[in-house]
Amino acid sequence: MNEADLRQAVLQALYSIAPEAEGEPIDAQANLRDQLDIDSMDYLNFLVALKNAVGVEVPEADYAQVASLDDCVRYLTARLPSA
Amino acid sequence: MPSLGADMESGTLTEWLVKPGDRVHRGDIVAVVETDKGAIEIEIFEDALVAELLVARDTEVAVGTPLARLDRVGEATPSPPRVAPAAVQPAPAKPAPPVRPAAPPRTMPPPVSTPPRVPPPTAPPTAVTVPPAGTRRKISPAARQHARERGVDLDRVVGTGDGGVVTVADVEQFVLAAAARPTAPPEERAEAADVAAAPRGDVAREPSPMRRAIAAAMSRSKREIPHYYLAHTIDLEPALAWLERRNAQRPIEQRVVYGALLLKAVARAAAENPALNGYWRDGAFDGRAVVNVGVVIALRGGGLAAPALQDAGALDVDALMAALKDATERARRGRLKSSELSSATITVSSLGDTGVESIYPIIHPPQVAIVGFGAVVSRPWVAGGGLYVRRVVTVTLAADHRASDGHDGARFLATIERLLAKPEAL
Repeated sequence: MNEADLRQAVLQALYSIAPEAEGEPIDAQANLRDQLDIDSMDYLNFLVALKNAVGVEVPEADYAQVASLDDCVRYLTARLPSA
Repeated sequence: MPSLGADMESGTLTEWLVKPGDRVHRGDIVAVVETDKGAIEIEIFEDALVAELLVARDTEVAVGTPLARLDRVGEATPSPPRVAPAAVQPAPAKPAPPVRPAAPPRTMPPPVSTPPRVPPPTAPPTAVTVPPAGTRRKISPAARQHARERGVDLDRVVGTGDGGVVTVADVEQFVLAAAARPTAPPEERAEAADVAAAPRGDVAREPSPMRRAIAAAMSRSKREIPHYYLAHTIDLEPALAWLERRNAQRPIEQRVVYGALLLKAVARAAAENPALNGYWRDGAFDGRAVVNVGVVIALRGGGLAAPALQDAGALDVDALMAALKDATERARRGRLKSSELSSATITVSSLGDTGVESIYPIIHPPQVAIVGFGAVVSRPWVAGGGLYVRRVVTVTLAADHRASDGHDGARFLATIERLLAKPEAL
């Protein structure tokens, strides 16, 4: 998975919980939860969807490191299971 | 047509899931009804045989109208028309507007027959989105909803998003541009009328059915219920630390959000303080032994739903989390069950882990109490003579002074605090 694939995977996981965001511009550096008004339940659903797509599980203690779209891509890139 | 809330007057049957001749069992979903609160699945309360459907699809009928005729099972065969029609619900003899004396002017437009509904019900939302020519336009779902709310014809909106996608900003831009125009000189009026229709509709925007339902319920609450309010700040550090340790040992699918702990604490505290659990009806308090906690769920795109988690105090934390997750997902998909919408005995409104520190909620009639949780924040905290930084939450209670007193409310909040201090025992 390259960076573009990862970004796409993150977006797909986001759209699965916030379908109305599809097609809307997303600020890649802004906090996703604030931007899309995601509550803690949906944030957990987002991380589950991400794990199913990419195979990386984000521990609760790391939530601050996956706040924005760019953060997510960076975090996942560093932890992708080496194929 | 069952009543799915204090202020529901009618509903539109949008889907039948059974047909004449079908056997149905208690708890089966037999139909889907569109109400102010979104699409609701209608359950059946007895085992029976469907004899006849009395209401056609896409028909709006008043609460109390029989939807179908059932034959009891075990009694011979469904053969020819039986008399003694059994309605789906114990049909409240004729839906006549019994409760409201004719005197007080209604705050809500009568929903059934009056014509001034903006979008004619015959035009399904999809009709708006189908492009005239064969061109398939890309429109973001949010933009689509925005356009619907503002009465904007999407065919006239230019898309500027990636690949020409129409976004919310484009719709907003269209509304602003159109609004700037309506003061055209008289001779141009005729031509402009068409365009001006959009902004004019925007100015006198008709609230959505859900907005109207919220308005009606909250107005009734503030009109009838003498609220009293209490607030208390609770050290949430023990509960959060316990939950974080627990979550760290589990796969992500089994993590529990702290909101589930709060609900559990409220359910148990309400059981210990029964003056806050139940209904105010016909001038008297109707207390309930079982605590069904209604959870206020904000819907994406606006509005809210408050499905009840049945007997929440009896569920362990994992089961409560599963119930909360399920109700949240279905509320957001617009598929709650009829029983969930009318059975809450107390409600919780939680602002989540972001946002402001306290909320002063409004009671959902006929309930007598609602509990609010603000955002969790780190604050200086004095404990045992030392000063610490702790994560705390402000819990508020709005309660009906007809049913309980401040003393009861204070004990209730203190019970919540005590329970959250020992999360492992919850």
